[in-house]
Amino acid sequence: MSDVEEAVTRAHRDEWARVVAALTRRFGDLDIAEEAAAEAFATAVERWRAGGVPPNPGAWLTTTATRKAIDRIRRENKRDDRQKEAQMVYDNTPPEPLGAIDDERLRLIFTCCHPALAMEARVALTLRMVGGLTVPEIARAFLVQETAMEKRITRAKAKIKAARIPYRIPSAEDLPARISGVLAALFLVFNEGYLATGSGTEPVRHDLTAEAIRLTRLIRALMPDNGEAAGLLALMLLTEARRTARVSSSGELVSLDEQVRGGWDAALIAEGHRLVRERLAAAAAGEAPGRYQILAAINAVHTSARDIRDTDWSQVVALYDQLVHLDPSPIIALNRAIAVAELDGPEVALAAVDSLEHRLAGYHAYHTTRADLLRRLGRSQQSRAAYDKAIELAGNTAETAYLTRRRDQLR
Amino acid sequence: MQYLVSVIDDKSNPGSTDRQPAISAFNERLIAQGYWVFAGGLADTEAATVIDNRGEQAVFSDGPFVESKEYLAGVWVWEAPDLDVALKLAAEASKVCDRKIEVRPFQ
Repeated sequence: MSDVEEAVTRAHRDEWARVVAALTRRFGDLDIAEEAAAEAFATAVERWRAGGVPPNPGAWLTTTATRKAIDRIRRENKRDDRQKEAQMVYDNTPPEPLGAIDDERLRLIFTCCHPALAMEARVALTLRMVGGLTVPEIARAFLVQETAMEKRITRAKAKIKAARIPYRIPSAEDLPARISGVLAALFLVFNEGYLATGSGTEPVRHDLTAEAIRLTRLIRALMPDNGEAAGLLALMLLTEARRTARVSSSGELVSLDEQVRGGWDAALIAEGHRLVRERLAAAAAGEAPGRYQILAAINAVHTSARDIRDTDWSQVVALYDQLVHLDPSPIIALNRAIAVAELDGPEVALAAVDSLEHRLAGYHAYHTTRADLLRRLGRSQQSRAAYDKAIELAGNTAETAYLTRRRDQLR
Repeated sequence: MQYLVSVIDDKSNPGSTDRQPAISAFNERLIAQGYWVFAGGLADTEAATVIDNRGEQAVFSDGPFVESKEYLAGVWVWEAPDLDVALKLAAEASKVCDRKIEVRPFQ
């Protein structure tokens, strides 16, 4: 990669959200901001090659994008925009200080993750506006036709405009609920990367996990006092740390007990553990932990153990008990049962799993867990049937390969 | 910005019928805070008539334009600075009316 290409790539990573946010603030229109930002980056590729990389790429990009936006508005010269044009012409306010610009990015995130938008629209819009991914990239990530993804994003932007979804940081009273909507969208992006669905895709989509981590880091940096943002970042880091150990060279999922722990990323684990310790201190000081913080703590227990036997399973079960309290979802109950199997044996765990049948019969992990417990209890025939069902429902190629091997090893 | 706020009832599972005093009190507040533009409860959908005069002569048909379990029971028009304000009021309205609420911006 040439120096200029590298500079543009770096600027795209560091400055895209800032440029879009600054333009959205100024022109009050996501569409104009997005298009002008994209044009500015395209112009940068040409200009920087000819004239060199400017000393402050971010400022250059914002200025260029602002000019592009003004050009577009003048070109269209729509009735509605006359007022805006007047405002542009007379807008002599000096560039905002860095702190305020950081807040601009937060505004952008909260607008893209507004609860009046469908979750899939929030995810797509956040990846486009904040993450700077192109529409074809997002479409590929979610196995959706490009035209369908384009439509989804266009529709979301149109709703923001027509219904006047505000471009602002929610009030203190609404903030906890709103931030959880943002974190849920980012967690969805991460999970799609971590356990990619579809027979034609890579089992782990590093581009998506990396993007989710980058955006969660941003939220964490912008809202350092938010415990759940720290919790989600820790959870992602501790999960990502095991990414390469989790899929074998032949493309098969490697279960936790079979993973080579030396292959885990020590730096990510150390960072994740630091965050978990920070949240444990806050919990000790009386701040009740949310679900991401508890999930991160569970992952901290796993990543602290030398092997599966060394794992402090009573601690894991205790954390799941806390989690069940916060989130009564059957998936949490299923994961708790997996830990119970290590503590109290597969028979106790199987009874707990079986009680979830009516709610989880269509979920592959339910059958995977049953298959494994039945195998450990020596009930091969029932185990085989459960593996068959799990293979039928699993959408991830590495997981299917793993389940098939496990089934075929049954005697 | 003005929003059309529709109160949605369900024929198979109607909301409670004793809400009028609470709705009146809520309306008083909407007026006092400057959000109220218009409000009205609607008669049963059976009282509706659909008129189609796009052809040679007007055709009248008895009943609502769409038959469904869920139907429009009443409307408000609110003046609110943005959707967040409208949604917060709508959440209260849903409690007050014991019914679902749709918020839709005017063009």
